[in-house]
Amino acid sequence: MGVNSLPLVFLTSLFTGAVTSVQAAYQFTDLLSMRYLGSAVSKAVIIELGPVLTALVVTGRVGAAIAAEIGTMRVTEQIDALETMALNPVEYLVVPRFIGGLIMLPVLTIFANLIAILGGLGVAVSFLNITSHTFLTSVRSFFEMTDLWAGLTKSFAFGAIIAIVGCYQGFNTSGGAEGVGRSTTKAVVVASVMILISDYILASLIFGTS
Amino acid sequence: MIEIHRLHKKFGKNQVLKGVNLTIPGGDTVVVIGRSGCGKSVLLKHIIGLIKPDAGEILIEGQDVVNLNGDDLYAVRRKFGMLFQGAALFDSMTVAENVGLGLKEHAKITDKKIREIVEEKLKMVGLSGVGHLKPAELSGGMKKRVGLARAIAMDPEFILYDEPTTGLDPIMADAINDLIIDLKEKLKITSIAVTHDMVSAYKIADRIAMLYEGEIIFSGTPVETKKTENPIVRQFIEGRETGPIKAI
Repeated sequence: MGVNSLPLVFLTSLFTGAVTSVQAAYQFTDLLSMRYLGSAVSKAVIIELGPVLTALVVTGRVGAAIAAEIGTMRVTEQIDALETMALNPVEYLVVPRFIGGLIMLPVLTIFANLIAILGGLGVAVSFLNITSHTFLTSVRSFFEMTDLWAGLTKSFAFGAIIAIVGCYQGFNTSGGAEGVGRSTTKAVVVASVMILISDYILASLIFGTS
Repeated sequence: MIEIHRLHKKFGKNQVLKGVNLTIPGGDTVVVIGRSGCGKSVLLKHIIGLIKPDAGEILIEGQDVVNLNGDDLYAVRRKFGMLFQGAALFDSMTVAENVGLGLKEHAKITDKKIREIVEEKLKMVGLSGVGHLKPAELSGGMKKRVGLARAIAMDPEFILYDEPTTGLDPIMADAINDLIIDLKEKLKITSIAVTHDMVSAYKIADRIAMLYEGEIIFSGTPVETKKTENPIVRQFIEGRETGPIKAI
């Protein structure tokens, strides 16, 4: 679930960090000193972009794979076979994926955060005439542990959503190969929407702005 | 012995089973014949609790299993083996892991003993030495035989066969039929097979029952089946398009 997602998460976060740096610098122009660019990038990444974009990328890759695999098992009677062998399919198929989602998404998010900040740093140093020392000092000065916990709390929730939605859609597959395709699409769409809605709810709860 | 009394099942507006009555004496093989989509597989899945009926009872050795859930249902299922139409082998596992899964999860025996039993069961179905292969590397007939080895791995008292010969060439189908007969004779297993393959039905059955429009309309030995005057059964076993059963 996690290791194979690393290249995609790496690519997504690198460019997310880079574009955040470009956009923040554009908005700072004539308003704020570029000394604050590092903190703007890191806060945006750690609180919001890292957890959400990682979750969306993993949904497209892993959530879809879970739905397709379990959906195929459903239409080829492999889940019935588990049942007839007196094995509980939920214990056998859902629990490991759920635990995998809970553990791997926060780990991937931490990795994504680091890569995104490095992406932002790369753009700042290469194109915005900001030294790495200035950028990293800004990151360090405004870093708050609460931000990291907030992001990781979200990623726990997103990991659970991806696994549960993928498994649910897979288990409820019917109608052969076409049904598997339908379940896979539904798993990605439903999980993505749930991630965005729960992101708002969690942010409101954690930062108390509701 | 398995007894099915007044079994009803409806999917949406489609009443699939309309009061099925069927008795399978211990040690016998009963073959349920009927057209595709008439509810044969649905009937089979009721027996093992994969589908719950709307009404009726299913007695396994006198115990009604219809309302069983959780561990009680799993305890009953451990007495069964099932061969699925498409074999339903677990793609992610090797042949040996497929056959040994039930033993690994339920039997308190060493891995070495599991490997021995797996090899013994694979040998019984004529597939020694393929334990390391994945299901994707097997032919249709080999998959069925591995499915059969998996079904008998736990030495079940009952085996359910869902279309055991469908999709196989006649020679492989005959080999599967011989295996089913062998298992019955060697292990004294009570079996129910659903099929529309009459060659197979005549060969493996002690009794043949025909499911038509949600009811068992005929039950008899293979000889009685061949001689029956029932026009519906006659049309089916002779494979005629014209008759009381509408082809389309």
